[in-house]
Amino acid sequence: MNRFSWFNATSLTLGFAFLYMPMIILVIYSFNASKLVTVWAGFSTQWYGELFRNEEFLNAAWVTLKVAVMSSSIATVLGTMAALVLVRAGRFSGRTLFSGMIYAPLVMPEVITGLSLLLLFIGIGLDRGVLTIVLAHTTFSMCYVSVVVSSRLVSFDQSLEEAALDLGCSAYDAFRLVTLPIIAPAVISGWLLAFTLSLDDLVIASFTTGPSATTLPIKIFSAVRLGVSPEINALSTIMIGIVTVGVITASLITKQAAVRQARDERMAERPA
Amino acid sequence: MRRFLLIAVPYLWLVALFLIPFAIVLKISLSDVALARPPYMPQLDISGGWEAIRSFFSALDFENFVFLTSDDLYWKAYLSSLQIAAISTVLTLIVGYPIAYAMARSAPEWRPTLLMLVILPFWTSFLIRVYAWMGILSNEGLLNQFLLWTGIISEPLTILNTNAAVYIGIVYTYLPFMILPIYSALERMDESLLEAAVDLGCSRLSAFWLVTIPLSKNGIIAGCFLVFIPVIGEFVIPSLLGGSGTLMIGKVLWEEFFSNRDWPVASAVAVILLLILVIPIILFQRNEQKQREAEG
Repeated sequence: MNRFSWFNATSLTLGFAFLYMPMIILVIYSFNASKLVTVWAGFSTQWYGELFRNEEFLNAAWVTLKVAVMSSSIATVLGTMAALVLVRAGRFSGRTLFSGMIYAPLVMPEVITGLSLLLLFIGIGLDRGVLTIVLAHTTFSMCYVSVVVSSRLVSFDQSLEEAALDLGCSAYDAFRLVTLPIIAPAVISGWLLAFTLSLDDLVIASFTTGPSATTLPIKIFSAVRLGVSPEINALSTIMIGIVTVGVITASLITKQAAVRQARDERMAERPA
Repeated sequence: MRRFLLIAVPYLWLVALFLIPFAIVLKISLSDVALARPPYMPQLDISGGWEAIRSFFSALDFENFVFLTSDDLYWKAYLSSLQIAAISTVLTLIVGYPIAYAMARSAPEWRPTLLMLVILPFWTSFLIRVYAWMGILSNEGLLNQFLLWTGIISEPLTILNTNAAVYIGIVYTYLPFMILPIYSALERMDESLLEAAVDLGCSRLSAFWLVTIPLSKNGIIAGCFLVFIPVIGEFVIPSLLGGSGTLMIGKVLWEEFFSNRDWPVASAVAVILLLILVIPIILFQRNEQKQREAEG
């Protein structure tokens, strides 16, 4: 029953060519010997060498990594808590406001989020730097985490946790031993999402940073404004490579986990 | 006690770092610009007691909002943002629908791979994906080289730093947001409905219009909102691919803040932008809710 026509084949080919061509071109031209990014002058890895000798880029990369690890880890804890509140806590006063505050940052233009946080940091006299970027990134990425985790929690069979409680587990142990392992894939993908959101962010970081902390996107943006540069191509290639490897590994791991879980469920259903 | 902590920690975090900052934006949008640090007044000084608070509130006014309506730069930027968002949403739909359709009709064992190929670009840096087009669209860029080589054009086209480049950039970066909801709507569709329509005398094309499109309506609506809403406040794409003629409110807010250092006006721009966004966001939420109810 598969009518896979030439039309479908063409739209898939063109569609994926459109999605991937620009990035492939970017990668190819990062190995270009010429300083002129649009003229091919033979293969060379010199731009990678220049990139690794460039202190400013290395510093920015380090700051970005620190911010991403810290903010995504705090955001994962807070976001998972928020998801538990959304799905499990039932009614409490201010619930509507709470879910509004979870969903609003997802659709908020970054310029507004950045501006409002900056005004807050100045208002309370907090020095702008790594700390303020971490606070800002945690705030918007915890909302993404809570959306990812709550979608998993909704389909979670709560009787499993009740069984653990009946069998004498404390509430904390029941969460740690039963609930957490089951929602773990969602928590991990929430962390990964928060991590990449933080790595990518230009606008919010630009508003909330001070002269002491420059992140990689800020650095790239100011370099790119002056035009295309082969060093940025080399940097982009490295980042694309890391993401590609990361996403493919993550999808293989989740696939394996899904297979294992399906097998366990079949075992559990089999009458003893 | 444990439940209280579970609720209180994320709640307080969001109040402190999401709600209060908005109150501050609102307050500063009602203040006046001043040559001071921070560059606006009045400053609230609670230690002055009620008298100080009263005089603080009496110094707030809607002057900045009046200024926004008097200078046509601002309302032109709002209108042009809405226009660019609307046009690029339609373009993304035209490009995205056939891809989503072909994915949903492909062999089931191919679908996870195709799905991952659509999502993968979404994980790579937005900035890099926009930057990739700068080398392609410039006057001596690859697109012009290619078109000159094929002989379609004899003079290089100016694409970079025009609205055309902005449209290309938006369609490119937001395409996954359009494809995914449409794909999930189409994938659920029962194909025997199409056969029934054809058996009952529909042509393939009219079966597509009368059956497939209405059944994927919710996906189309969701995809359009997912593109339209964030594009209105977009900053990176117009500032890298657009030219001096590209007017978008995200860019105006950025420049008002970083170049002109006029915080009260930047805050007023943000407040109005938020009011504009509320309408599509509410419509989007309602559509999502309707869909959830339909699914049971």
